[in-house]
Amino acid sequence: MSEPILEIRDLKKSFNALKATDGVSLDLQPGQIHALIGPNGAGKSTLIHQIAGSLKADSGTIRFLGQDIGSLDMAARARLGLARSFQISSLAQEFSALRNVMLAVQAKAGSSFRFFRQVTSDRRLIDPAMAMLERVGLAHRAHVPAAELSHGERRQLEIAIALALQPKAFLFDEPMAGMGPEGSKQLTTFLDGLRHEAPMLLVEHDMDAVFALADRISVLVYGRIIATGTVDEIRRDPEVRRAYLGEAA
Amino acid sequence: MTRETAINLLLAALLLALPLIAAGIGEPFYVTLATRVVVLALAAVGLNLALGLGGLLSFGHAAFFGLGGYAAGILATHAFNAEPLFAGIPGTTSMPLIWLVAIAVAGLVALPIGAISLRTTGVYFIMITLAFAQMIYYFAISWPAYGGEDGLSIYVRNSFPGLNTAQPLPYFLICFAVLIAALLLFRLIEGSRFGSAVQAARQNGVRLAAVGIPPFRIRLVAFVLSAMITGLAGALYADLNRFVGPSMLSWHMSGELMVLIILGGKGRLFGPVAGAMIFVCLEYVLGGITERWQFFLGLILLGIVLFARGGFLGLLSGKPRHV
Amino acid sequence: MFTALLIEQLLNGLQLGVMLFLMAAGLTLIFGVMGLINLAHGSLYMIGAFACAVVASATGSFWLGLIASLVAAAGVGALIEVAVIRRLYDRDHLDQVLATFALILILSEGARWLFGSFPLYLDIPKLLQGAVPLPGGGQYQLYRLAIIAVGIVVAVGLYLLIARTRLGMRIRAGESDREMIAALGVDISTLYTVVFALGAALAGLAGALVGALQSVQVGMGEPVLILAFVVIVIGGIGSIKGALVGAVIVGVVDTMGRFLLPSLLALTMPAAQATTIGAALASMLIYVVMALILAFRPSGLFAAQS
Repeated sequence: MSEPILEIRDLKKSFNALKATDGVSLDLQPGQIHALIGPNGAGKSTLIHQIAGSLKADSGTIRFLGQDIGSLDMAARARLGLARSFQISSLAQEFSALRNVMLAVQAKAGSSFRFFRQVTSDRRLIDPAMAMLERVGLAHRAHVPAAELSHGERRQLEIAIALALQPKAFLFDEPMAGMGPEGSKQLTTFLDGLRHEAPMLLVEHDMDAVFALADRISVLVYGRIIATGTVDEIRRDPEVRRAYLGEAA
Repeated sequence: MTRETAINLLLAALLLALPLIAAGIGEPFYVTLATRVVVLALAAVGLNLALGLGGLLSFGHAAFFGLGGYAAGILATHAFNAEPLFAGIPGTTSMPLIWLVAIAVAGLVALPIGAISLRTTGVYFIMITLAFAQMIYYFAISWPAYGGEDGLSIYVRNSFPGLNTAQPLPYFLICFAVLIAALLLFRLIEGSRFGSAVQAARQNGVRLAAVGIPPFRIRLVAFVLSAMITGLAGALYADLNRFVGPSMLSWHMSGELMVLIILGGKGRLFGPVAGAMIFVCLEYVLGGITERWQFFLGLILLGIVLFARGGFLGLLSGKPRHV
Repeated sequence: MFTALLIEQLLNGLQLGVMLFLMAAGLTLIFGVMGLINLAHGSLYMIGAFACAVVASATGSFWLGLIASLVAAAGVGALIEVAVIRRLYDRDHLDQVLATFALILILSEGARWLFGSFPLYLDIPKLLQGAVPLPGGGQYQLYRLAIIAVGIVVAVGLYLLIARTRLGMRIRAGESDREMIAALGVDISTLYTVVFALGAALAGLAGALVGALQSVQVGMGEPVLILAFVVIVIGGIGSIKGALVGAVIVGVVDTMGRFLLPSLLALTMPAAQATTIGAALASMLIYVVMALILAFRPSGLFAAQS
C-alpha cells in the first residue's frame, strides 16, 4: 500500500466528561474516497473539525502529506491543501457565488495582500472561478448573493470553493444533507469523479451514496472507530450490524 | 451611474462649492467650518476601513487621531523653539513631512494595539480598543513635556509648498484634496484582493480561514491602515485648530467618529462625508439655538440609531449593491 | 512608617476596587443576561451621586440621600430600559454603543441643565467621620473602611441573590437560555427591566458613596465607566466573580502603581524626573496589566462561556 495522504493516530478529544474522540486512527489513501459513518452524536463532525483545524485535539497526531499539522491553524492547513466543506453551509453571505469562489482562487494564489488591482475586472480570478461554477452546474447563478441561493445551490457552491483550492485532499462534511433525491444522485456522480483529483474523507448519512462511492468505510461509534474496511466487509461485519445498522440491516 | 454615485458626486461638489462661495463673499468662518467637515470626514474614512469594511468596531480611534495631532504639534513646537527632537533630529513645519510622521506614528502604535485587541472579538474588542485609547489619553494628560492637560498650541500654521496655509481657503483646499485622495484609496482598497479578504473576514471569518487566508492578519493590516488614515486626519485637525490637546484623544472623540459613520451610512464610500456634513451642521445649528445642544444632538442620534438604520445614504439610495 | 503607608495605600486600592465592583457587577450582569453593552452606566453612577447630594443637603441626612440615590438610579434605569434599551437587545453591538452613547449626551447635558455646571459637595455622615488607627502607626479614614464593608456586603448579597433566590434562578436561566425561560412562562421583559434597574441601583450606590469623597459633577461617571470596562474585560464578561476579582486587581494595581512607581524610579534617576515619569507610567499600568492578561486569556480570567 502506498503512503497515506492523511494519517491520523490515536486522536483524542474530550468535552468535560464526554469523550467525543476516543483514540481514533485512520488513513486516507491516494485516489480513494474514505467514508466515515456512524450514528448521530458519534463524533464525526468533531473529528472533521480537528482534522481541519477548527478544534484542537487533546492528544494524538495528524499527519498530512507526511507533515505533522497538529499545531497549525485552520488557514495554514488549508494552504497545505486540505479543503473542507461545512455541514451547515458557511459562505460570505453578501458576496455573489462568483466572488465566493474568486476568494478561494485568490487564496490559492496566495495574493491577498494586493491593494490596487480591482478584482471585478481581474480575469485571473474570474475565469478560474467561473470554470469551477460551471463544473458544479452553478454558472447561471454566478452573480446571485450567497444569501439568496437555495439550500442545494449553497452546497454546490461549497464544493466549487473546495475545487478552486486545487487541494491535496477533500474533507466533506455531509455534502448531501438536505438535498433532494435527484440532487443527491447528481452529486454522487460528481463526487465519484473527484477521487482522481484528490482523495476524499467523506462524512455522510446517505447510505446509498456512501455504498456507491466509498473505497473504504470507517464506522465511528461513541468516538471510537469500531471497524474499517471495504463496503462488503463493513456490510458483513457483525459488530457494525449490531451497533449501527441495527434492525435496519 | 448608480443613484449612490450621483449622490456622492453631488456631496463632493457641494462640499467644494460652499467654501468657495463663502470665501468669495468674505465669510471665512464658513470656510473653516467646511474644513472641519473635511477633516472629520477624513478621520471617519479611516475608521470606515476598519468598521465598515472589516466589521471591526474600534472604539479607540481617537488614539490615532490624537497621535496624529500630537505628531504635528510636537514637530512644530520643536521647529518653532529650534530645539532638536532627539539625537539632533530637528522639528519641522512642513506639512508633507508632518503628515508622513503622523501616518507612521499612528501605524506603529496601531500595530501592537491591533495585535492584542484582535485576539478578541465582539464586545471585548470594543472595550479593549477603548481601554487602549484611554491609556494613551491618560499618558498625554500626565506627561508634562508637551502641555499635559493644557495641550499644545501651534503658533503658526505649518507650511505647504506653494500655498499660504494661514489663509482659510488654501488650507481648506489642501484638506479637501487629501480627503478626495483618501476616498479614492478607500475605493481602490475596497475593490482589491485585499478588500475582498477584509469584507469576507467581516461576513464570515471561518470561511476565510477555510480557504487558507488567515483572518487575523487581514484584520490587523486593515486596522493599521485604518489608523494611519485617521492619524493623518489628526495632523490636519491640529493644524486647523492650531492646537492639540488630550481632548483629541478622549473617548468622546472615538464615539463621535463612530457617530459620523452611522449618520452617513456604514461601509459606504461617502458615508463618513455625509455623516461629517450632517454632524457639523447639527452642531453649528443647534449650538446657535441653544446652549444645551448636546442634549438635542443626543436625542437626534438616538432617533437615528433606533429608527433610521442605514444612515443618510441608506435613506437616499436604498440597499447597498453587492458584487 | 513605610508599613503604615503601604497598608493605607493597599486599603485605598481595595476601596477603589470595591467601588469599581459596584459598577462592574451591574455592567457584567446586564451583558450576561441581556447581551447589552451599556455605555450609559456611568450616567447612572452620576445620577446616584446627584440624588444623594441634593437630598442630603435638603434634609440634612446622608442616609436619606443614600436611599434617594438607590431609588433615583433604579428609577431612571427602569425608565430608560423601557423607553430605549429594550429596543436594543436584538441589535448589534454597534447600535448598542451608539444608542447608549447618545444616552450619555442626553443624561449629562440634562444633569447640567438641572444642577448647573458647578460641582456639588456631599459631607461624610457624622457616624462615619473620624479615623481608625492602623498597625505600624498612622490612621485610616473610617468612611473608606465603610465603603469596603459595603462592597463586601453587596458581593455576598449578590452571590446569595443569584445562587439562592427565585429571581437569581431566572437570571441564571436568562444567561443560558432565553427561549427556554420564556417558554416556561417567565415574563422576560419584566425580568430584564428588573435586572437593568438592579444594575443601575448598584451604580447609583457607588456614585453616592464616592460622592462624599470627591465632588459631585457632570462627567464624573465616565472615567469610572472605563475602569469598570477594564475590570470586566479582565474578569471575563458576564461573570460576577470575575468582576469582583478584576475590580480588586484594577483597584490595587492602579493605587499601588501610583504610590510605588515614582519611588522605585527614584532609585535610578533624579526625584523630580522620577515623579513625572512615574506618574505617567502609573496611569498606564492597569492597561498594561489588562493587555498581559488578555494575551494569555483572551476572554478574561473567569470567562462565562466560550
